[in-house]
Amino acid sequence: MPKRSIVPFGPQHPVLPEPIHLDLVLEDEKVIEAIPSIGYVHRGLESLVTKKDFNEMVYVTERICGICSFMHGMGYSMAVEKIMNVEVPRRAEYLRTIWAEMSRIHSHLLWLGLLADAFGFESLFMQSWRLREKILDMFEISTGGRVIFSVNKIGGVLKDMPADMLNQFVSILNDMEKDLRATTKVFLEDYTVKSRLVGVGILTKEDAIRRGAVGPMMRASGIEVDMRKTGYAAYNDIDFELITSKECDSYGRCCVRIDEIFQSIEIIRQAVKKIPDTELSATVKGFPNGEAFVRLEQPRGEAFYYVRANGSKFLDRMRVRTPTFANLPALTQTLQGCQFADVPLLILTIDPCISCTER
Amino acid sequence: MEELQKDIYKIEKVELLPVIMEKKNDYWRLLQICCAFADGKYEVTYSFASGYEIANYRLVVEKDEEVPSISRVYKAAIFYENEMKELFGLNVEHMKVDLQNKLYRIDAEVPFMKEEDK
Repeated sequence: MPKRSIVPFGPQHPVLPEPIHLDLVLEDEKVIEAIPSIGYVHRGLESLVTKKDFNEMVYVTERICGICSFMHGMGYSMAVEKIMNVEVPRRAEYLRTIWAEMSRIHSHLLWLGLLADAFGFESLFMQSWRLREKILDMFEISTGGRVIFSVNKIGGVLKDMPADMLNQFVSILNDMEKDLRATTKVFLEDYTVKSRLVGVGILTKEDAIRRGAVGPMMRASGIEVDMRKTGYAAYNDIDFELITSKECDSYGRCCVRIDEIFQSIEIIRQAVKKIPDTELSATVKGFPNGEAFVRLEQPRGEAFYYVRANGSKFLDRMRVRTPTFANLPALTQTLQGCQFADVPLLILTIDPCISCTER
Repeated sequence: MEELQKDIYKIEKVELLPVIMEKKNDYWRLLQICCAFADGKYEVTYSFASGYEIANYRLVVEKDEEVPSISRVYKAAIFYENEMKELFGLNVEHMKVDLQNKLYRIDAEVPFMKEEDK
């Protein structure tokens, strides 16, 4: 009978960008069970709704995460707009779509870099982050910020992107696409990279449903769900295909994210072509009263926002269910039966964001 | 079961597990569980999704009343239930894994409850 041992993994580990702890029950080198624990960066941002004006909360929700900060502000704004029946001008919807897709490209490139770093491919890591830098520059040009953008508001957006800026961005993305093809080809075709990804961390379609997985993690298990297809913001005007994979392994998750980068570029191109010339925000009068939930597709997967208002400037409750929170049970499933050496890589394949998870 | 608004149904405690089992057998995934405290009562909302379809079930319980755990049916509920217990002090009975208020390791007891409601 193999000897059982428990190995603590994290919260400080070279592969972890953020703190999470796992107790790994091992039989020799094989993981039998993984028990995750979080709680190192909890801030209690949700409870601030009872102390901060509902308009100011847009900027608080942006601070839930440093990667998908724009989408957190957008999700919260959409929920309050739903309660107040605010019709957001179409230009603002298009601008939100463009910034959201830029966030997706930069998040996926960040993930690809971290993945390359996890299996020791340093030059690939640097190439991925070099490309990501261009997206951050685009954010800086359009919003003034590289991490926190503060362009969302209840009723629309605060900043515009003029036509010449949008065309400049499309041209940058067109140039970037060639470099992206070359870089992502290594992830998809290199023998050593594939040997670390193919067949590792299997999550079947049934397990993905049972464990409540979301986003690329779910789509790589063959489930066809992408919240953008529900048509929020300007996605109802954009023509795009749902990206899935039937591999159910780490390689499948990598393929889905890579394809989504190119898809996001195409979505931005379409949005720039179709963007109408309207106001940037609607007038919002009074205070919200009622409750609403909104689902949107963040880079890491479906996020859920619930807002309950009482007719005053302070809300009763705000709930954000982030994608990583939903993907943690799926992570424990993929870790069961894997080799100890694959653990860092498997944690990365859910694209964990712990500050999102703990809020 | 009473429809409060579109896609939100109010259920009684005895209806919870049959509803959860039905969702599981129909391959719905657990989207989230949200706890709120209003008018001296807990409101626990269970959200499920199948494709793009969504269904929310709301359970309203008294402050000192226990809520049955669904974590033995949906393992994904473990974190949600521990979160509700730690942040709001909701009594969830028969949890598959009880982290003993150590999910977020917060010093304050039931930090999401207002002082007057504690």
